Amino acid sequence: MRFAVTERDTALAEAAGEVLAKQAGAEQIRAGWPGGRIESVHGVWRTLAGVGVTGALVPEHSEGLGTGTGTGLGLGLGLDENALPPLLETLGRSGLPVPAAETVAVGAPLLATAGAPQLPSVLRGSALLTVSLTRAAPVPFAALADLIAVRQGDGLRLYARDEVETEPVDSVDGSRWLARVRAPAGGGLLLAEGPAELAVAYRRGVLATAALLVGLAGRMLELTVAHVRARHQFGVPVGSFQAVKHALADVELAVRFARPAVLAAGWAQAAGDPETAVRTSMAKVLASEAARKAARTALQCHGAMGYTTEYDLHLYAKRAWALAADWGGPTEHRESIARRLGLTGAADRGGEGAGA
Amino acid sequence: MDLTWSAEDEAFRQEAREWLAANVPADPLPSGDTREGFAAHLEWERALFEARWSVVSWPEAYGGRDASLWQWLVFEDEYHRAGAPARVTQNGIFLLAPTVFAFGTHEQQRRILPRMAAAQDLWAQGWSEPGAGSDLAAIRSRAVRDEGAGGWRLTGQKTWTTRGAFCTHLFGLFRTDPEAERHRGLTYFLVPLDAPGVTVRGFERLDGDEGFAEVFLDDVLVPDADVLGGVGEGWRVAMATTGSERGLTLRSPGRFLHTADRLLDLARTKEAQGAEGVGVHRDRVVQSWIEAQAYELFTLEQVTSIVEGREIGAESSLNKLFWSQLDIALHETAAELLGPEAEIDAPWSRGFLFSLAGPIYAGTNEIQRNIVAERLLGLPRR
Repeated sequence: MRFAVTERDTALAEAAGEVLAKQAGAEQIRAGWPGGRIESVHGVWRTLAGVGVTGALVPEHSEGLGTGTGTGLGLGLGLDENALPPLLETLGRSGLPVPAAETVAVGAPLLATAGAPQLPSVLRGSALLTVSLTRAAPVPFAALADLIAVRQGDGLRLYARDEVETEPVDSVDGSRWLARVRAPAGGGLLLAEGPAELAVAYRRGVLATAALLVGLAGRMLELTVAHVRARHQFGVPVGSFQAVKHALADVELAVRFARPAVLAAGWAQAAGDPETAVRTSMAKVLASEAARKAARTALQCHGAMGYTTEYDLHLYAKRAWALAADWGGPTEHRESIARRLGLTGAADRGGEGAGA
Repeated sequence: MDLTWSAEDEAFRQEAREWLAANVPADPLPSGDTREGFAAHLEWERALFEARWSVVSWPEAYGGRDASLWQWLVFEDEYHRAGAPARVTQNGIFLLAPTVFAFGTHEQQRRILPRMAAAQDLWAQGWSEPGAGSDLAAIRSRAVRDEGAGGWRLTGQKTWTTRGAFCTHLFGLFRTDPEAERHRGLTYFLVPLDAPGVTVRGFERLDGDEGFAEVFLDDVLVPDADVLGGVGEGWRVAMATTGSERGLTLRSPGRFLHTADRLLDLARTKEAQGAEGVGVHRDRVVQSWIEAQAYELFTLEQVTSIVEGREIGAESSLNKLFWSQLDIALHETAAELLGPEAEIDAPWSRGFLFSLAGPIYAGTNEIQRNIVAERLLGLPRR
């Protein structure tokens, strides 16, 4: 028993953290909004790719990478899902508007398994990849990505941008690049097929998103603590008032109890634990609730100052709201846990049956 | 990350499970907060001690097994899963003992700990006073030096003392220097409750059991040998181990995991009976269950930290906030499922009343939130 991130997984998260500290403040989130300098975000993403972020879960000698191709980047790190919580929390904290969960946790490892020729460009960060396993929902980053993987039949297929029809959708978080995607009946490259393979991919996406949410929650708490220490009203820092202290203590509590659940879900996925599905859903529930609480409390504690797009808080809060609902919201995951715990809902659903 | 138990820990679990299965009383004991129930609990405590399960993490010399903190967690988990009786010795074992280990002289350790482990001496906590609850440093009970007698004369009143009417000893804070500023000038004393000048009056808690007591001290002579830590060091000595009261050792995850499993059983039973409206509560049932698991995971992370030599400090306030709110949520959810049966005097309603004390004892949750805000987040004190 040892409940702590290993040195290797920590090292990757720290490497990403160093890149982000130098290159990715709130201005990079704004760069990802419509009218912003999106190329600058892509630059940061390529730097992150260079330290191994995109290839975290890709086997070290993947076919797609070829051997002796001269990339010399060693972009497949061959880590397991234990690497996702610390890495994605770091990415989440930065708010960098990139398809991190979609690429790092879900897409890149599947491209490697499928021997997709696009893998090297995805790992280098030169091709932007997004993935959605949810049917009929707008796909994040689909309005921007070069490669889009979506559900088709009982599989997940990868398409080049010009193979699918995309219809951009405005989103509350302007850096999400949402679009509805219509894929053709034929074509594309099969990445995963059948419930078992899709479940593995889905759980990785859920786990990564939960970790992003923990990072966002932590960042909003940090911003708010700094604000209430500096902001004076009635001649004292507003952070000296108990009402403010207690609200922020509750956010800290939520974040501190969500993080271990996310770590445990990563471990469960890597270890093939029989409770993986439940642990993964738990992580998403706790992280989503923590991030929503953090956003709500941060806004309240900033007063009118936070209720503006000039101040940075909204950049993180809007992302948190988007991700809390993405990859299954808390109620959906609780319902999934309920079924696995033998709460069938039979009494209330009449003859419809469980899980219909 | 490795969330598997070692073979050694698994063997320990198996041994505990087998012993508990063979020895836990088939029928629940009467409440340990009544005179009759307390006696029944003492019998159980002595059986635990005989089999060396009463203080597993203590050194063997004092009646323990030298078990690791991991094994202590395992034992707690098994203990609660087995539905074993509440520990009426807990305030001695979990609150006083860590302080005796940290600050006691060798003589004090040898004199106090084995009798505590064996449930021969039963310890009550004497901190709160009528005028000093959350504001513990406002303590007014005083101790005056009696050089001739080689000790201190204690006078004052302690209150809300858990199981004070049934215990044999009191550990408490008394003011030895009336001139000193609030936190200074306090001393940690150990007082036998049968000493001349001590009067104990039990009174009812919210649930109607005589679980509380007032302890009046009138010129009670306590020898120097029963000062724990230095004279005037009481605040420091007491605070050094409040972590155990607020956090891990007072409330291990096993307790809540067990309650969460009972809640699930209740929900499944209600569903199977086709009870109306159970589905409305399912979301809450699952949320409470998730939070119990989250408490366990937080604890595993925390124990890893302790085992690897990191200090927990103010983080124990996070434990306290979380488990106390969790306990209420579990019981409120059960009440929703029980519907009109919720008011019947039964384990769920008793558990509910007890859960309401959680945010009050061991430092109110308002105090804990201040600690989290000031010490973990760095918000200004004033």
